[in-house]
Amino acid sequence: MMRAFGWVYMALAYAFIFLPVVTLVLFSFQDGRLPVPPFDGPTLKWYADVLGDSRLTSALVNSLVVGVGSAALSCVLGFLAAYGLARHVLPGSVFMRGVLIAPLTVSYLIIGLGLLIVFNRVGPGPSLWAAGAGHVVINLPLAFAIIYASMGAQQENAERAARDLGASDVKVLALVTVPMLAPAILAAFFLSFTFSWDEFIIAFLLTRFEVTLPVEIWSLLRSGLSPRTNAIGSVVFLVSVVLVVGLELFLFGRKRH
Amino acid sequence: MTAAIMLSGIGHDFGDFRALAEIELEIDAGEYIVLLGPSGCGKTTLLSVLGGFINPMQGRVLIGGRDMTDVAPAKRPTTTMFQDYALFPHMNLRDNVSFGPRMAGVTKAARHRKAEELLALVGLADAAGKRPHALSGGQRQRVALARALAVDPEVLLLDEPLGALDLKLRRAMQDELKTIQRKLGTTFVHVTHDQEEAMAIADRIVVMNRGRIEDVGPPDRVYRKPRTLFAAGFMGEMNRIAGHRKGEWIETPLGALPAGDAPQGAVAICLRPEQIGTKGEGWKMGRATIIDAAFFGTHFRVHLAPEAAPDLILVAHLPPNARPEVNATLTLTADPGDLSIFAGQPR
Repeated sequence: MMRAFGWVYMALAYAFIFLPVVTLVLFSFQDGRLPVPPFDGPTLKWYADVLGDSRLTSALVNSLVVGVGSAALSCVLGFLAAYGLARHVLPGSVFMRGVLIAPLTVSYLIIGLGLLIVFNRVGPGPSLWAAGAGHVVINLPLAFAIIYASMGAQQENAERAARDLGASDVKVLALVTVPMLAPAILAAFFLSFTFSWDEFIIAFLLTRFEVTLPVEIWSLLRSGLSPRTNAIGSVVFLVSVVLVVGLELFLFGRKRH
Repeated sequence: MTAAIMLSGIGHDFGDFRALAEIELEIDAGEYIVLLGPSGCGKTTLLSVLGGFINPMQGRVLIGGRDMTDVAPAKRPTTTMFQDYALFPHMNLRDNVSFGPRMAGVTKAARHRKAEELLALVGLADAAGKRPHALSGGQRQRVALARALAVDPEVLLLDEPLGALDLKLRRAMQDELKTIQRKLGTTFVHVTHDQEEAMAIADRIVVMNRGRIEDVGPPDRVYRKPRTLFAAGFMGEMNRIAGHRKGEWIETPLGALPAGDAPQGAVAICLRPEQIGTKGEGWKMGRATIIDAAFFGTHFRVHLAPEAAPDLILVAHLPPNARPEVNATLTLTADPGDLSIFAGQPR
């Protein structure tokens, strides 16, 4: 009896989590004008429509570029900050760590508004560059925290050994520190990319003519529901799934061996 | 490649803690030196001074006649083999061992040849393509040795290299380290807290305590005739008998003995268990009762209560064919030449 209850509970929990996604994907194959039951289909015409729409595809490319670029920059800056704070005794390093992590607690709306005000006066103005900068602001603390947490005594000793064997500081970084921290750096990269990929508020506030995919989807939604939106959503979802599965296989899977 | 070392007047503090004080030590080229002492005695600090990881506050470090006191680790003719081996986990063994030559700009073919030679020297010729995590502790230790030797150091510094190994493997690796050192002729400076390891491996042992050198010498001399009470106690089991020098004699609870060059006043007389005999001439220590006996293969270890001072329990090693019986009495003697006599009360 209790066993059966457990299974039912699990099924309900999964249904609660996945029903929206399943509905979204299912009705992207809807052969009709509205993504609501009953399901008539299946058809791939909405996917053809989406991929044939240059606005949508360019938004998709924009999102990829902003995501990869901002995640890469977040990782480089996060790594350098973590390396500096982990390997050197600096005055006020606890305070510096706190300040680096603090943006995690600030809402995206506040960060977006702040950047909007700044970029209207100096710098690129509202654009993909501005949105990318915003994404670096939100992802840098995350990348820093992940990379800093995985810097242990093991790397430090290996770095010391490398230096003793005649490696310069640059060689130690390139040949020992970064390769040893590669799993953490890649995890930070993929996580940052995912956050940038579906971030809306900052991208909405800071882009104007060229927009990222979430902003484009939002403007589509204003003209009402359509299986087309479902198709875009499914593509976005597919990219996220591929990333998560890739992360699991290449990074976390490897540790178990 | 090998070089002599001279340390003069080395001193170093960590905050209020005096880690090293007035260290004077000369090491010949090609010697196997062991720095021995309890934890916190400064032996690892002294090794770090040699390796260049710590710049001493006082004193000079000369390696091969050149002043190295302020030279960075990488620029010294020394290489350190770290306690946890510090292998590069993302490289295979060949790349680990050839890392040093690579930094020195040696071509790939040449450094890989060198790495394979050294892996063969440490008995890992067929594991060159493996990663460190696939190896046992003893094998990792060998890789660390090969990697350190790949840069042809004049002095190899070993920081408790055998500490992580089990006893049997440790004894086997001791012999191997010694063999490799003989073959290469490199000066080895090895840190340990295990006096058996030190005796098995060292040409000369440096006994350290509280940042100072207590004794320096070949293992047999340091063991049999230690220069200080601390060295006497640290090198192995020791009987300590309180005495008092008056004129030409030292009075002890076990009878008087000729003072020789012993210090005046209260003294501690130290005697190893195997230096207590049951026949012959010398210092007659009187009769003693056997309290218990245990067989150790090479000897019987017995606890003895001397009749003259029943509270002063002595430990002696008797021959393996002695078959000592509890409550039996023995007549004890010792060769006065075996005694180590120090000023002060025994602790």
